[in-house]
Amino acid sequence: MSYTFTLDGKVVPFVDGQTIIQAASAAGIFIPHLCYHPEFKPHGSCKLCTVKVNGRHTASCTMRAAPGMVVESETEEINAERRALTQMLFVEGNHFCPSCEKSGNCQLQATAYHLGMMSAHYDHFFPNRAVDASHPEALLDFNRCILCSLCVRASRDVDGKNVFGLSGRGIKTHLIVNAKSGRLADTDFTLADKAAQVCPVGVILKKRQGFAVPIGERKYDKAPISETAETTEGR
Amino acid sequence: MTAKKKLKVATTSLAGCFGCHMSFLDIDERLFTLLEHIEFDRSPLTDIKTCSPDCDIGIIEGGLCNAENVHVLREFRKNCKILIAMGACAINGGLPAQRNHLPLTTILEEVYHTSPGLANGMVPNDPELPLPLNQVHPIHEVVKIDYFMPGCPPSADAIWKVLTDLLAGKEPELGHGLMHYD
Repeated sequence: MSYTFTLDGKVVPFVDGQTIIQAASAAGIFIPHLCYHPEFKPHGSCKLCTVKVNGRHTASCTMRAAPGMVVESETEEINAERRALTQMLFVEGNHFCPSCEKSGNCQLQATAYHLGMMSAHYDHFFPNRAVDASHPEALLDFNRCILCSLCVRASRDVDGKNVFGLSGRGIKTHLIVNAKSGRLADTDFTLADKAAQVCPVGVILKKRQGFAVPIGERKYDKAPISETAETTEGR
Repeated sequence: MTAKKKLKVATTSLAGCFGCHMSFLDIDERLFTLLEHIEFDRSPLTDIKTCSPDCDIGIIEGGLCNAENVHVLREFRKNCKILIAMGACAINGGLPAQRNHLPLTTILEEVYHTSPGLANGMVPNDPELPLPLNQVHPIHEVVKIDYFMPGCPPSADAIWKVLTDLLAGKEPELGHGLMHYD
């Protein structure tokens, strides 16, 4: 049986069990998100996909669609909140786009463009985080981690390796490598892993391909994330 | 008909590389159109050393890495009605801020004492040299900034768009293609 709800006034069909973001994607409507990925169970942590359902805030990646819901997404109020969340992600890490290999292919950056983020607004933390270059094929630059946990979920649920984890609590939460030494080289991680493909930012990078595609010719240089997001790619 | 009064525009480069100013000059012949509407006040382009008290627009390239940068930024804020941060370094510290996780003493020690090839080095301490700050800061952490032009550097088209929007009395807006952090 199929039902409908409204999203910003548009009628969106859904089937039992679909979340709001899944139904919206299937209808070709973009809702900004970072920790959500259509192939994984939702994590509900980045809160970028927050919408208002019948006037109340909720994460659209975890909320199941229900008949007759009135959902608001592209409003000035909600986008201002999404922008503030994105700005906080920028100041908490070290996000220096000009020197980042992921620039132009980065979901955080493309989302910030989509939300019209002109500056990070808040005071920068400038945290001190060491990189892990131990692995022969991949580099880990923790400076750019936004704790979306996609690599954690991919390694654990798809690769069956459990290479990554989130450790600590609150502002001290950080990405770790599950090895006694804490180094990626001491795990069985390879570039063929799903975990190597899912990082939305520039933490997990393939070595020796730096700037193979020049800045200006990359994914989100060509089209904004609202038109290229995985959620709107034939789903 | 009397000519409309030209807007006074001041520019400076603090802890930047002048790349944003070079990109500004890349508006090429549009500079002539711009000069029908504005005149440059304090700027590396005019070599005027202090801001007139009635500047309309101040454009700041670069972040804050030393005491003089802070002094110049405050002078701009005091004398300009609208202040614009131009480029990545002004907005988030950029390349100079890559030193921020290192203690300043460690950096000075390495640059002047322990690097290979240095003999009898000393940390410069001439009173004319501005003192470095412990960390490099984006300019919005020190004064109110009205508008931001991201990019390393912002493209000439992005700079042109922001300036022409302002001259037309509109809120500057950079759409897809002009909005870049890299």
